[in-house]
Amino acid sequence: MKLKVSIIGASGYTGGELLRLLLFHPNVEVNQVTSESYTGKFVYKIHPNLRKSTMLKFSSVNELQSCDLLFLCLPHNRSQNKIDEFKKFAPKIIDLSADFRLKGANEYEKWYGHKHARPDLLNEFVYGIPELHREEMKKANYISSAGCNATASILGLYPLYKNNLVELDRTVIEVKVGSSEGGNKGNEGSHHPERANVVRSYQPTQHRHTAEMLQELSFGQKVTIHFSATAIDMVRGLLATCHVFLKNDLQEKDIWKVYRDAYGNEPFIRIVKESEGIYRYPEPKLLIGTNYCDIGFKKDEFSNRLVVISAIDNLMKGAAGQALQAFNLMNGFDERTGLEFPGLHPI
Amino acid sequence: MKTECPVCGAQIELASDAVQGELIGCPDCGTELEVVSVNPPQVKEAPQEEEDWGE
Repeated sequence: MKLKVSIIGASGYTGGELLRLLLFHPNVEVNQVTSESYTGKFVYKIHPNLRKSTMLKFSSVNELQSCDLLFLCLPHNRSQNKIDEFKKFAPKIIDLSADFRLKGANEYEKWYGHKHARPDLLNEFVYGIPELHREEMKKANYISSAGCNATASILGLYPLYKNNLVELDRTVIEVKVGSSEGGNKGNEGSHHPERANVVRSYQPTQHRHTAEMLQELSFGQKVTIHFSATAIDMVRGLLATCHVFLKNDLQEKDIWKVYRDAYGNEPFIRIVKESEGIYRYPEPKLLIGTNYCDIGFKKDEFSNRLVVISAIDNLMKGAAGQALQAFNLMNGFDERTGLEFPGLHPI
Repeated sequence: MKTECPVCGAQIELASDAVQGELIGCPDCGTELEVVSVNPPQVKEAPQEEEDWGE
């Protein structure tokens, strides 16, 4: 069985990555990919890696046809204003923007600085991390794919928060990110002489993805998360270093058990914590093009601090790959379908 | 013959022909383990060469 799918807003990095995956998915026929800026142009003109993989051309959203499922890869604040139109074209939607990630309209306004256009629909969307919401996804018609920084941070800390093992007001997360997180529109800051070699603290506080972390990690309790993001000289990839403080005197063996219980059967999560060799902890460069989230940890021997290290490819597990994993679940396919690539080494 | 990794707590299945002193790897944490005893099955972390990591 092949499902007919279309991508709205396919000229960006996320849309291109999603198209790369969908073109080789055995149960998918890509019907249309839209871009208002590039209507009529061959897709490979914008996504040159897809040359000879497809002769699709970008369509205008005004030419949209009915299909089985729509992926929305639009900039923030677009999906919520056009969602009723999109719903007419497909019974199922996966939105990769931030528009439907939060469940509370007040929280949305607090973090995004404006009122949500369709707060009545926020609860129709399942939050898009399969490891947390797999069963809901199997029955869902609407999924909101999670943010990249949020995905790495939440997956890294979820077993600890779920089991109430850490102090709830002392979590500090520092994320180092690559330039593709900023999208494909250039600005002065992305000009090569300015961007190259930077270690740029671009969002020390109030990063919007913090709202997703609070939503998914609070488990009904008041939680404070201190999150900062730093852009480094890397195109793809993201490394989250999370500092938490254990309530009890747990040893590393106990922490191993917590993570093994949570993720032992997860196809896309690997515990990476070795005492020898070069790659002892998660390393983003090994994950380029993969849907893995690698998680490691180290207990501070002199305090109750536990450092959790989590790495993903921001365009894959942090965006398109995770959306495809959700697509597989909501349509009854093996969730690994189309996501088997194990990465490259050396790279 | 089952035992437990002393580092991460993973279940370790010793081969039926395992011998004392043999080195095996933990499938979860990758630690090199030395078979201390076969009956009862028991392993310990194998001695490692110290590495200089940025000191």
